[in-house]
Amino acid sequence: MTTVLALENVRKTFKTGFIPKSKEILKGISFTVGEGEIFGYLGPNGAGKTSTIKCVLGLLFPDSGTIQIFGRPHLDLGAKKKLGFLPENPYFYDYLTAAEFLDFYAQLFGIAKPVRRERIGALLVRVGMDKAAGLQLRKFSRGMLQRIGLAQALINEPSFVILDEPLGGLDPIGRKEIRDIILRLRDEGKTVVLSSHILQDIEMICDRVAIIVAGRILSQGRLSDLISEKVLFTEVTISGLGAEEIAGLGESVSAQAGSILLKIYEEKNVQAVLDLVRKKNGRIQSLIPRTQTLEDLFVDMVKST
Amino acid sequence: MTIKVIALNTFKEAIRDRILYLLLFFAALSILFSRVLAFLTVGDRTKIIKDVGLASISLFGALMAILIGTGLVTKEIEKRTIFTLISKPLRRHDFLLGKFFGLVLTLFVMLAGMTIIFLALLFFYTWTIEWRMLAAIFLIFIELVLITAVAIFFSCFSTPILSSLFSLAFYLIGHFAWSLDTLLKKIPTGPARTALRVLYLLLPRLENFNIKTEVVHGLPVARSLFFASTAYGIVYTAFVLGLAVLIFRRRDFT
Repeated sequence: MTTVLALENVRKTFKTGFIPKSKEILKGISFTVGEGEIFGYLGPNGAGKTSTIKCVLGLLFPDSGTIQIFGRPHLDLGAKKKLGFLPENPYFYDYLTAAEFLDFYAQLFGIAKPVRRERIGALLVRVGMDKAAGLQLRKFSRGMLQRIGLAQALINEPSFVILDEPLGGLDPIGRKEIRDIILRLRDEGKTVVLSSHILQDIEMICDRVAIIVAGRILSQGRLSDLISEKVLFTEVTISGLGAEEIAGLGESVSAQAGSILLKIYEEKNVQAVLDLVRKKNGRIQSLIPRTQTLEDLFVDMVKST
Repeated sequence: MTIKVIALNTFKEAIRDRILYLLLFFAALSILFSRVLAFLTVGDRTKIIKDVGLASISLFGALMAILIGTGLVTKEIEKRTIFTLISKPLRRHDFLLGKFFGLVLTLFVMLAGMTIIFLALLFFYTWTIEWRMLAAIFLIFIELVLITAVAIFFSCFSTPILSSLFSLAFYLIGHFAWSLDTLLKKIPTGPARTALRVLYLLLPRLENFNIKTEVVHGLPVARSLFFASTAYGIVYTAFVLGLAVLIFRRRDFT
């Protein structure tokens, strides 16, 4: 697989305060992103996700380390021509209309006028903003800004897209639509780096992830390799039995309207509960084996640092 | 090409800024006020209209350059619009030069507007078009170009308020730097005189762009002075822009 993005031991220190104090925010970041994959960059707030992205884009200058995009130095204009970027909490020129705004960015890529017009129309439809083409950006809601921001990131038909928290501030329908757009980008053969702290989204669409905590990458790889397939516990909801009858078989999480939710850690106890329900003519409402989730892995890592 | 795209967008941004129209309104008011002042004057009333009119154009032009120029770059950083711009195939110095030329274009249009009001006022008083005024206005424009570069330079590393104060200080110092020359003549030779001499050479001499008195009183303006002032303005502007680019190209955007 061709490497689209490669970071090698990237370090960055900031000086803050009236009497400047050095604070290292990136402590030797290294990872690679292969062509055609959706790469999730995960981390709690302040871990260094956005700083890493800013280094890649040339907004911050790393103290040391190398960054390459398509095998070229990351500040190379040729590399940037194939790149699309959506920042976190996008703020744009609010005096421009959506169409003017996209036209401005398209001009920066030197795209010819007829191509621009055609592409802007198609992109506005793609992000569901075709009806707002003539509306000034100052009248846009947060979700609309996110969508128009995504359109701006795709204006040059990039083969590599970096999205910083693209699903923040969107309602559930908006999130699904943006997720679908990202998946379609992968189907078109584009490479996507997605930074987020919304784990369900990452889990749903990413092929590989890297987890950054306090400026260090603690884990990276395929989701299936990182998350254990082993059943951690089984959640069973039953009715028709008294709480005292199942005592000792599992941890009773909640009991209401005659239903009991049990968390059972040992497999033999699951069988015992099922036998008991059958014997007592009770009812099994649900039985869900829980494997490790990305959230479990993430929480464990953040806690361990 | 990218410089042109940024410049046109900056022009669009500036002409949609309310502060510009507020300043234009007061400039027009000030130019028209010269007509009222002329009523109260004994002697050549035309000279008052010319004097106050040109001074208004110069002052309000400088205020436009400072108040809009100092916000141009900082606004991009504060509103984080620069994040998406720098991620595009755009060199940092092209961005800065685009901003500069965009504001220069805006000032040119504003100056043209003020000039039309001023010449029209004069025309209705003297029934002649005073083309000679354009020489003074041209040098005012060169001065505004330099002030724009200074405003952008300060806004590369400072807040809009501080940048405005620094630029205003540059404008005032530039117009009073000639008084150092008078002081130099009175100080005996020694380290103090040498230090003052260096300071005098470094400080801008914005009075080079002021030929209002000559134009208003119909005195001859040497062609060499006119060209030398223009060249001085262009070289000084290029120097300040060069410094701004040096600072801006290594700046982190956090």
